[in-house]
Amino acid sequence: MSRDISDKTRTGVPKGEVWVWFTSLGLTLGLSMVLVLFGLILVRGLSYFWPVPIVQIELQEGSESAFLGMHRFAGAVAKTQQRTERVLVESPEADAAEADRTVRETIPDTFAEIQLFLGNRDYYGQSFRYFRDEDVVGRTRPEAIIRAERRAEGDGIFYARELVLEDGRVVKRAEDVDRFESELDRLVGEARHRRAEINRIDRRHIGRINLEMSDIEVELRYFRRQDRLTSEEESRVQELRERRDELQRRYERLETQSDALKRTNESIRLRYERADGSRDEMAIGDLYRFHYPNRLGVSGRIQTFMIRAWEFVSGYPRDANMDGGIFPAIFGTFLMTLIMSIAVTPFGVIAAVYLREYAKQGPVVRSVRIAVNNLAGVPSIVFGVFGLGFFVYLMGGTIDSIFYPRAQEAGVPTFGTGGILWAGLTLALLNLPVVIVATEEALAAVSRGVREGSLACGASKWQTIQRLVLPASLPGILTGMILAMARGAGEVAPLMLVGVVALAPNLPVDGTFPFIHLERKFMHLGFHIYDVGFQSPDSEAAIPTVFATTLVLIILIVIFNLSAILIRNHIRRKHQGSAF
Amino acid sequence: MNEASHQSFPEQPVARRPVSVESRNLGERANYAPDYIAFRNYSFYYGATQVLFDINLEIPERQVTALIGPSGCGKSTLLRNINRMNDLIDGIRHEGDLLIGRTSVYDPGIEVISLRKRIGMVFQKSNPFPKSIYENVIYGLRVAGRRRKSVLDDAVERSLKASALWDEVKDRLHESAFSLSGGQMQRLCIARAIANQPEIILMDEPCSALDPIATGKIEDLIHELKNDYTIVIVTHNMQQAARVSDRTAFFYLGKLVEYDHTDTIFMNPMEPQTEAYVSGRFG
Ligand SMILES: Nc1ncnc2c1ncn2[C@@H]1O[C@H](COP(=O)(O)OP(=O)(O)OP(=O)(O)O)[C@@H](O)[C@H]1O
Ligand SMILES: [Mg+2]
Repeated sequence: MSRDISDKTRTGVPKGEVWVWFTSLGLTLGLSMVLVLFGLILVRGLSYFWPVPIVQIELQEGSESAFLGMHRFAGAVAKTQQRTERVLVESPEADAAEADRTVRETIPDTFAEIQLFLGNRDYYGQSFRYFRDEDVVGRTRPEAIIRAERRAEGDGIFYARELVLEDGRVVKRAEDVDRFESELDRLVGEARHRRAEINRIDRRHIGRINLEMSDIEVELRYFRRQDRLTSEEESRVQELRERRDELQRRYERLETQSDALKRTNESIRLRYERADGSRDEMAIGDLYRFHYPNRLGVSGRIQTFMIRAWEFVSGYPRDANMDGGIFPAIFGTFLMTLIMSIAVTPFGVIAAVYLREYAKQGPVVRSVRIAVNNLAGVPSIVFGVFGLGFFVYLMGGTIDSIFYPRAQEAGVPTFGTGGILWAGLTLALLNLPVVIVATEEALAAVSRGVREGSLACGASKWQTIQRLVLPASLPGILTGMILAMARGAGEVAPLMLVGVVALAPNLPVDGTFPFIHLERKFMHLGFHIYDVGFQSPDSEAAIPTVFATTLVLIILIVIFNLSAILIRNHIRRKHQGSAF
Repeated sequence: MNEASHQSFPEQPVARRPVSVESRNLGERANYAPDYIAFRNYSFYYGATQVLFDINLEIPERQVTALIGPSGCGKSTLLRNINRMNDLIDGIRHEGDLLIGRTSVYDPGIEVISLRKRIGMVFQKSNPFPKSIYENVIYGLRVAGRRRKSVLDDAVERSLKASALWDEVKDRLHESAFSLSGGQMQRLCIARAIANQPEIILMDEPCSALDPIATGKIEDLIHELKNDYTIVIVTHNMQQAARVSDRTAFFYLGKLVEYDHTDTIFMNPMEPQTEAYVSGRFG
């Protein structure tokens, strides 16, 4: 007699393991959702930088697709799709008895169409436009067409025709193509250098002078309100006035310098022609960068791609955040997350150590623990409100009244308004439960044997915690930190109340003393996405920017997490206690 | 008998190291206190449950005393009260007294930490710390605030030699303790227990997780160590108790049934219960 020792039923499913299918199904679903979302962001984010060819289309006379009376357009193909519209048709009644009546009905009409990115928002009033395939009679890829990044109004797509130099000479493309193109390259390059110089003067030097002037102004205003001044104060006022005049002179000198550069950039002009034949001109200083999309080979494209991606992550925004780079937002997000992690970890760990190691386990501690866990479910905006009330108004106000009383009196808050420090602390509060829970779990996982061994060696409880329990829980604590960072870096709502702005004039870290300005307002990638995607006038044109910014945010979080994971693994390897 | 030296507890441990040849030659170790660790009418409760009942037990200095008895009879509880490890548990209570060298471990003048520094403990499940071998051995010295490298190095070498582990690990002192085998780990724990030069070593079934060879090594080690330390060992292995101990105490249901020289307990016990237990008829 043979006994069936197989663990499987006839269907091959292990006995009692039916639910395995459900768990794997759940995993597959979750994973594919994440992958699809991530893939979408990756592809659409990266394609923002990829130079696509420009097609020029010719529309049939009198076709529906034409607009503004134009029949020729050039643009990058953004989308091709089939669309069905219901159209109203009138036809005579089939029934002979009532042949004089017509029947109105809607029938579906399917057609193919392409969406072009036309650029030249200043001219067309919009950046994207759909064209029906059937209306298009001609398609070309003109070699000479240029895609230009401009200071304002988004990209331009046009043919360069003439250059008007500073001395009024005109270089015409029609006369000598090679000379014209090299001249254009040179002038745009020079203009870029001048712009960098202008930036340096405006942002760095003039910015610093402005900061100092406003400090002086605040102090002077204070003295002006005093009824009587001591002689010491008099001399201080004198000193301040002299300093202000000195700064004023320096300011004017710098301004003349920068104005001269601006004038040069303004006086050299590029005359161009759009696809429909309309002509226009622009200052060379407004032309940031250009390429010939239809001439680019693979390596040229990769190069353009790299340059554009680099400028996106390293540049400053312009044109109401619609264009330019997002460096301040990246930096703000990074610094704020850093502040948050630095603030949340010690507090969370200390709280968890007390809860788990010292507090007498009982109903009180249990309810505290439940309260902490539920704190994670409080809407984040509520934390924002709390941060505004507690950090900004109470703490910030107190700091101002102690350290910056004159500025406060003058109605210029320093810490008493939203800033990156308060934002970091608010998010730290928001993430405290995450760190506490993770740390508590890590502490609980340290074996009793190790604790008893330590106590038996004559260690005190604190020594045991400090020398054995905490080091052994470090990986778990870091896990909590990773979760907190991932959540904190992506959080937007509470930040709007405690210091995030769409456009910050200065980074929170710069060359002016004391170099780190935690009271300053800052930009944040999450808020940038919201601002560009939903607050800008041309939301369609903003979509690629939104995807690219999202991609950067995700990459930033991944970098954060990866580095924390690397540190954690390093620690695990050192104390490979749990892997035993 | 040199009683005066024992009364100096707790301030100054008895001056008795290194063991002189003379003292060892004094036959039955006559100059060592026969009641070095003394339980006097000692009862112990976990909350409402009484676990130890009116124990009177005197454990002699520098001998090996084995505690045997069926599971749950309170051997570990008794052992863990000697260095007050049970203090960690809520709701414990005791009656009677427990003296070490004539001073009560419950004396308000005694700090638990300094008490534990003078009593090494080896657990049933070896519990090396997630640190290097070196750091494991000197853990007790570190928490006591010793920093001098030469002192620490000496302690490591001495303790590892005493626990017969030195030759096996001397070339990898700074590797993780988890790279050791189970038996080596247990010997490392013994080294850790003696690094602080305690007076007493408590062992709670130190060999229960080890193979016969590792067990043999540890038993040899116990033989060596008893020249310098007072050893109390809990074991379920009758042969082991017979091999390593000088005295044996048999517990049953929280009561001390019989306590005598090991030979007597195993050859010629007074109580029928003891006889039944050591001959393996119950337990
Ligand atoms: N922390 C505790 N709280 C309450 N009761 C306990 C606790 N620890 C042990 N006991 C109880 O005390 C009694 C004695 O336990 P103890 O661990 O001392 O037995 P033991 O003789 O060491 O047994 P074993 O040989 O199985 O280790 C047992 O009944 C046990 O259930
Ligand atoms: Mg036990």
